[in-house]
Amino acid sequence: MNNFFEKSDISRSEAENIVSDTLSKCDDGELYLENTKSETLLLDDNKIKNSSYNSDLGFGFRAISDEIVAYSHSNEISKNSLRQSSENLKSTLKSVKGTYNHEIPKSNKKYYDNINPIEQKSLNEKIKILNEVNNYLRSKDDNIKQVTANFLGEQKSVEIIRSGGESLTDVRPLIRFNVSVMLEKNGRKESGVYGVGGRQSYDFYLKDDNWKSVCDEALRIASVNLESKPAPAGEMKVVLGPGWPAILIHEAVGHGLEGDFNRKKTSAFHNLMGQKVASEGVTIVDDGTIDNRRGSLTIDDEGTPTEKTVLIENGILKNFMQDRLNARLMKTRSTGSGRRENYRHIVLPRMRNTMMLSGNHTQDEMIKAVDKGIFAVSFGGGQVDITSGKFVFNCTEAYEIVNGKIGSPIKGATLIGDGPSSLKEVSMVGNDMMMDPGIGTCGKAGQGVPVGVAQPSILINKMTVGGTKL
Amino acid sequence: MVKDQEFLEKKASYCIGLAKKLGATESSVIVNNSVSETVNFRNKKLDESNRSDDLGISITTYIGKKKSSISSSNLLDDNLNILIEKCVETTKNTPEDEFNSLPDKDLLAKEVKDLNLYDDTYIENEKKIDYLNKLESAASNDKKIINTESSFNQNKSNFILANTEGFCAGYKTSSFTASSVTVAKDEKSMERDYEYSSKCFFKDLEDAEELGKKAADQTTRKLSPKKIGSKKIAIIFDKRIAKGILSTFASTISSSAISRGTSFLKDKVNQKIFSDSINVLDKPDILKGLGSRNFDREGVKTDTLKLVEQGVLKHYLIDTYNGKKLNLKSNGRYGGTSNLYFENGNISFKDLLNSKSKSLYITETIGHGSNIVTGDYSVGATGFLVEKGEFKYPINEITIAGNFKEMFQHITLANDLEFKYATNSPTMMIEGMVVAGK
Repeated sequence: MNNFFEKSDISRSEAENIVSDTLSKCDDGELYLENTKSETLLLDDNKIKNSSYNSDLGFGFRAISDEIVAYSHSNEISKNSLRQSSENLKSTLKSVKGTYNHEIPKSNKKYYDNINPIEQKSLNEKIKILNEVNNYLRSKDDNIKQVTANFLGEQKSVEIIRSGGESLTDVRPLIRFNVSVMLEKNGRKESGVYGVGGRQSYDFYLKDDNWKSVCDEALRIASVNLESKPAPAGEMKVVLGPGWPAILIHEAVGHGLEGDFNRKKTSAFHNLMGQKVASEGVTIVDDGTIDNRRGSLTIDDEGTPTEKTVLIENGILKNFMQDRLNARLMKTRSTGSGRRENYRHIVLPRMRNTMMLSGNHTQDEMIKAVDKGIFAVSFGGGQVDITSGKFVFNCTEAYEIVNGKIGSPIKGATLIGDGPSSLKEVSMVGNDMMMDPGIGTCGKAGQGVPVGVAQPSILINKMTVGGTKL
Repeated sequence: MVKDQEFLEKKASYCIGLAKKLGATESSVIVNNSVSETVNFRNKKLDESNRSDDLGISITTYIGKKKSSISSSNLLDDNLNILIEKCVETTKNTPEDEFNSLPDKDLLAKEVKDLNLYDDTYIENEKKIDYLNKLESAASNDKKIINTESSFNQNKSNFILANTEGFCAGYKTSSFTASSVTVAKDEKSMERDYEYSSKCFFKDLEDAEELGKKAADQTTRKLSPKKIGSKKIAIIFDKRIAKGILSTFASTISSSAISRGTSFLKDKVNQKIFSDSINVLDKPDILKGLGSRNFDREGVKTDTLKLVEQGVLKHYLIDTYNGKKLNLKSNGRYGGTSNLYFENGNISFKDLLNSKSKSLYITETIGHGSNIVTGDYSVGATGFLVEKGEFKYPINEITIAGNFKEMFQHITLANDLEFKYATNSPTMMIEGMVVAGK
């Protein structure tokens, strides 16, 4: 564990005193300390293009009174800097009369090991694999014009010091391995991207030439796209494959169920608690407790242990995702969903691993049930307008469905739908629930955090497909 | 207070000296500090205050044609010693790349002009609160507005860029930014929109009441939207969306996309890619410009470029590495463009709205639907149906799609350019795109 005060002119007990003194009349708040070490290795255009290492250290000091949040952060963990931050917080919250809530749940469970993935493989080993990736792909297909592959490794150590000196700590490993290829055939260019990752060592993903399956998948997607024709435009039935296409759930309902938007009544879901928001058979959970997953957390960034939160059960809206601030103001409890990108940012209620659970249909049944529609297998990203509820996601691999059969591949297109109504259009839920490969980053208010998604195949009766073919 | 030049220079020269001692043949370093203060309001009350003091250093070391880099927010000498040693060690173990090098010495900026980018004015929190009070009371006048969230940010930054070719320069910049996001509601719908103003100098910032009123008006007019049928229709992009299309153009002519062959505009220099009347400029020396600068992040002097002249592509955006690969000289565009804009067209905004019997006016797009390899474009959109020059009704839950190769050839620009962002466009009409709706 990181000792944040080791090289500082301020001792732990002095820091604790400043925290307790600053927060004594506040409702909540904490000193959040963070030390992140990360590395990037990039192979591009046949060469190692970038090898870089980052070491980031800093603190964020937060004081909350009623609805008001005062925050101050700095890179210098010193007496001077912490005192100045304390003064900043006090000057914002001039006349506070709250009672500090000392209660915070405890758990001994851990969902990943205390490791530093960066140190577990030497630079030369990593460079060797990236070169092998490049050679393997270029020897597989003559149409390959570009290969990009990269490793991202990170170890983030955090400590949360609460008023009274209570301390909560976590060490979070995170890695990602990504491959992108571009093909050119008869003057036409198309690309394919695939990646894997999670909170464990590189070895888990790269031993026994496991990396080859990542390469094969990126190449397969690019090859399919080389044969793609323009996508249709208009409303039609859509079958989504299992796994990563669950960013539909993340965008369509996930963001709308975050506590802050519902406390402020700016989410399209704020008045739908207990009501039917999805078809029967649709159950959606947000789970921070799955071992080694990208979106998993032992404790959130306020120190609350994470949990599996049921959001929608059999079509009925059951819970929002909460951090401590929004939970207190909505008179409920934190679901361990308080997250921040790093010490530079305030905590917001965020998703972890958002999953739709399996039903009992097969993917075959779904395809057969569609006269005219599309089958979407792989996606880029998505976005949502919380207030109107409209959301989009971009397919990167999709096929037309004609008379119950999968037809030609179609070009990437954006799909648009309405959050509160789209899950009511789900008419079949598959029995093939799958996790995504561990590559998702969710953006909100300028903060990116690692997340996961999962779902079985699903059939949606009506969505608008944004192609060019009328 | 933001750290002064002397402090940053001392750190920079310490790093360069140490890198050399540890075996680096060349190196470059950027040290920066920014102090930023934000106050947020929600529904006419203080909601959040945020102060940040960010230090950062990034160092690139070379040993011949080998290169590696490190960055850190911890500027204590102890930490820098460890990191620079690690950086030089990694450099030794990284394979050579013949195109790795510092910029050519004769391309480096020789002088640092004062572009009027720093306003020393300090806006106390009380004054920020005063601004936000005025803004939010104007924003919440209309009963249909049910939520307002507004923000005032003051940022002061300073940096030094130094390298072993003797380059050592940097300067202070400031920005004052106000924004307001409002939510409106009627029986049928709930909608959100925003307005924003950002300036180098506080006195140039948009009037608080004006800003609040704009945010509210732009939100209430979106209420009770309809969905339209799928069809081909002329699309008019509001300036705040049109600038995004210009940014996509900039990423397709970046020397990295060109040298890697992943841009649909590769090998298109001196070819006509836009309609005849289109001119695109990147002008780094606009006084108080949000994208203004003397040199890029490698120290290369940044001159004005006429990127597109009468529809013809004239330049790529070139940095040192990709320039060497393409056998072209850097034009100081490491990190992209400065103040990028389309020159005005010769038709008024009103005439543009009137130019078609029916068109679609787009005020917001969502999704990441631009593919610079193929030029394919498909995004979710919100806007208004325009008939005979009038806004008829709001529209949402549609997508608009096309391919940039064709879209660029069918652009008509209005003459209403203003410098609100670093990248700016007049209102833009594109014909031939497809709307997918009902």
